Formats: sequence, C-alpha cells, structure tokens
Amino acid sequence: MSLIDSLPRVRAPKLPRADGLIPWIVPLAIVLIWQLACVTGFVPGRVLPAPSDVALAGWKLLLSGELARNIWVSFWRASIGFLIGGGIGFAFGLANGLSQLSSKLTDTTLQMVRNIPHLALIPLVILWFGIDESAKLFLVALGVFFPIYLNTLHGIRTVDPQLIEMGRIYGMTDGELFRRVIFPGALPSIFVGLRFALGIMWLTLIVAETIAASSGLGYMAMQAREFMLIDIVVLSILIYALLGKLADSASRALERLTLSWHPAFQKH
Amino acid sequence: MQQAVRFISPEAELVEPANFVEQARVVQRGSETPRGLSLTIRGLRKSFGDNEVLRGIDLHIPAGQFVAVVGRSGCGKSTLLRLVAGLETVTAGTIAFGEQARPEDIRVMFQEPRLLPWARVLSNVEVGLGKERNLPDAQARAESALVEVGLDDKRAQWPAVLSGGQKQRVALARALVSRPRVLAFDEPLGALDALTRISMQRLLERVWHDQAFTAILVTHDVAEAVALADRVLVIEDGRIAHDIDVDIPRPRRRGSAELAALEGSILKNLLQGTEDTSDL
Repeated sequence: MSLIDSLPRVRAPKLPRADGLIPWIVPLAIVLIWQLACVTGFVPGRVLPAPSDVALAGWKLLLSGELARNIWVSFWRASIGFLIGGGIGFAFGLANGLSQLSSKLTDTTLQMVRNIPHLALIPLVILWFGIDESAKLFLVALGVFFPIYLNTLHGIRTVDPQLIEMGRIYGMTDGELFRRVIFPGALPSIFVGLRFALGIMWLTLIVAETIAASSGLGYMAMQAREFMLIDIVVLSILIYALLGKLADSASRALERLTLSWHPAFQKH
Repeated sequence: MQQAVRFISPEAELVEPANFVEQARVVQRGSETPRGLSLTIRGLRKSFGDNEVLRGIDLHIPAGQFVAVVGRSGCGKSTLLRLVAGLETVTAGTIAFGEQARPEDIRVMFQEPRLLPWARVLSNVEVGLGKERNLPDAQARAESALVEVGLDDKRAQWPAVLSGGQKQRVALARALVSRPRVLAFDEPLGALDALTRISMQRLLERVWHDQAFTAILVTHDVAEAVALADRVLVIEDGRIAHDIDVDIPRPRRRGSAELAALEGSILKNLLQGTEDTSDL
C-alpha cells in the first residue's frame, strides 16, 4: 500500500507543480482513449458509453438534485457505520491491548466472529432489519470493526517494551505512559487499520445498497440498470472510485500530519 | 522483596555497624548543588527462577565515586545495576543509599538511547524531569541539559535524524536534567564506533566531574573501565572477584603505560576465569 511510497526517492529536478500532476496522467490518458474508442465506434454505446455521455448524465442528475441526494445518503451511511464500527473496534483494541483480563475474555470470541465473511450475513441482516438504514449501518460497522480492532491491538502489543520501561523509570503515570508512549507507538499500525477499514467500508456499502436499498449510489445504479441507462451505471461506478480515493487521501493527510516524526513521512 | 530496604533514614544509619556509619559521613549534606549519594549493598542475592545470578554481593560505594563494573557476559553485572536502579526486586539482602533518595535522584542510561521517536529532542529531555516536568521552568532546564551535552542546536529535531552518538548524548541529557545523585550506566557506549566512544567517554568524565554524582558504569570494555573509573569491580559467577583501585591521576592520558598495565592485569584475571571453567 505505502511500501513503495515510503522508500526514499531520488528526485529529478522538476517544477513542484508538475510533480503533483504526474499521478493523474494515467487516468486522463485512459479517459482520452476511452472517448476516442467510443467516438470512432470501436466500442458500441450499448456496451460502454463515452465519457462525455457519462459526464452529461451526471450533469443532468446534478441539476435535478438526485445525484447530490444519493451521494449524501451513501456518504452518511458510510461515515455513521464507520464511526460506530471503528469506534467499537478501537475501544476493544485498546482494552485487549492494555488488559490481559479483557484480552482473555473477548479475543477468542472476536477471532471466531472475524472468520465469518460479514457479507455472508446479508440474508440474516435483511430478515432482522429489513432493507432499512440500520441494515446498511450494521453491515458497514461489522466490516470496519475488524481491521480497526486487529491493527489497534497489534499496534499496542508491539510498542517497544524498552520505551515503556523507560517511561516507568522516569516516573510516568499510567495515563502519561499511554498518552506519551503507548498511543503514539501504536499510531502507525492504527493508520494501517484505518486505511483497510475505509476500503472495506465502501465495498460493504456498495454490496448492501445494490442488494437492498431504496436510495443511495448503489440503488441509483440498480435503478438505472432496470431502465438500461448504462451511462448512469458507469457514472455510479466512477463516483465510487472518486469517493474511495477521497477517503484514502483524507487518511493519508491525517497520517502525514500525525506521523511527521516517522522517517517514512519526513521530507527529504 | 520484604527484606529489601531501599532507602534508610539518617537515624537508621546510627544503629548500623561502625564502619558503615563512618563511611556514610562522607556524604556531603546541606550544600546547594546536589552531591552524589553513597551506596551500601549487603548480602545481595538475586535469582531468576532456579538461576541464581547474584550470590551475595557486599559493597560500599562512597558518595561521588566513579565505579566501573566489568565481567564476562552473564556474570550478573547488568543485574546488579538494574537492582541498584530499582528496576528489579532483590531476592535477599539490602541496597541502601546514604540519604533519603527521591526517584529523580537515581537515573539509568542504557545501551540503547530509548528516545521517544515521536517527541522532538527537547521534549525527550523534558521526560527526564520526572514529576517536575510540568513545572514552568521545565523547558529551560531541558535546554541547559542539552547545552551540557553540546546538542542545543538539535533541540527541535526528531530523534530519527540524529546519529547514534548524538542519540546517546540526548539520552545522557535526559538522565542529567533532574540533577541525579546516582547515575547508573548500562554499557551506554557499547553500540558506538571507536571514535564516538572516545569523545563520549570524555563527555561522561566531564559531566561526572562537574556534577559530582556517584557513577556506576557497567561495561565489558576494560580499557574504558580503567580510563574512567576510580575503582574497578570484577564480577565472576555472581560475586565480586576483585576490587581494584585505579590510583591514576586525572586527566588520564589514553594509551599511557600505567593504564595499559592495569588493563592488562585485569584482563588476565578475567581470562584466567575462563580457563578455569573450561578446565572443569
């Protein structure tokens, strides 16, 4: 994920502005080739609409307010589900990382639950919650719980014991030890969990909205399929890609902000 | 643990055997700058399970003395230091300081710098203030400790960008900032290259001279021990095998014939021990 990024880079002398554009060259080229292929008739419009048609469909939906409403609904579901599942996962990770008793009590159970693919629960969840909001929130929360839990736990368990001993020698209280040693030490691992969880969050939401929903991006795509509106189907998929990228960028920005001490995040 | 008395009050000293009282008087009291603490160890034993690491150590270190502890690996020298620093609990025997000691009075420096990678150099030094790190003068004290080790220009850096020697100097500043009265070094220069070692040895000698704390240096480098210490203890099989006074005036010239002769005789003792056990 960030292994390559973290390697020290040898930079050719370039304008900083041009540097920021490089990641966008490939996506732009793909869109261009795609447009050309559609315009020349190499790809029939029934199979894949031209990017210009997708943009047009998006513009129309934007004007009608439908697009904004569906994006908002999906975004709301994603973030609430993420906050609930991530919050609980983080709490369990902290508790089990810091307390032997808590770990003995709950870890085995959690590990068993972890091995059930959460999407396999969809039939059960529909029976429990119908196709209500709570069904989607439940699935998203369950999906993001485990990456956050596992990585928080791992992060806390792998904090350098020599640093903890040092903190104790220098008279840190338990609270200080957590704030100054354990939590910052676990943070890189927690961020790994965060980025995994964001990926699972969108995946779960897409599946849940496609199968059982009456609003949201997944619903919009399924409705469009009913009416053979392939441009809107493609538009939904592209919006998912953009939202995923946005979430990833946000977590990276947060990472850079809080891990500025880490050699991997220092400016060369 | 019940038998261990880490801190004894001055009143308690009066009822102790005469020789200990006499030595306890060496402690300088009432002066403005904190001086070293004297240290008395009696009948000290330490076992980890069935493995008895220390088998009865009796030792008195006068206030302000620089003591080096040498021995082969596994002889218990690090355990002795960890017991003095209060990082382990004693199995039997006592460790007593000449005066009531606060936790800030006893500091340890390890082979690894153990700096917090997510705290800048200055905050890392502030950690050393212990309970006093929230006082308003904490930053000023940390800065002056950094000046002492010659790293005041690195105060805003992350530890990751420092060299190994610089990291150890930050660790030294952190240990010094609370003005400790006993400073225990657990092979602090073991991981450094030869040139950095020599400049660090000079730095250690200088701060010890300036601040007059009691220094206990655990090392496997006999040359380092005789260059720095007033007294070298050789530990073998959990006991003090030799107690050698290094009666060479300071500043000592590295590589001088006197130091080399002393180093040679200590090394001979150590190696003799090896041959003895290999014969068994």
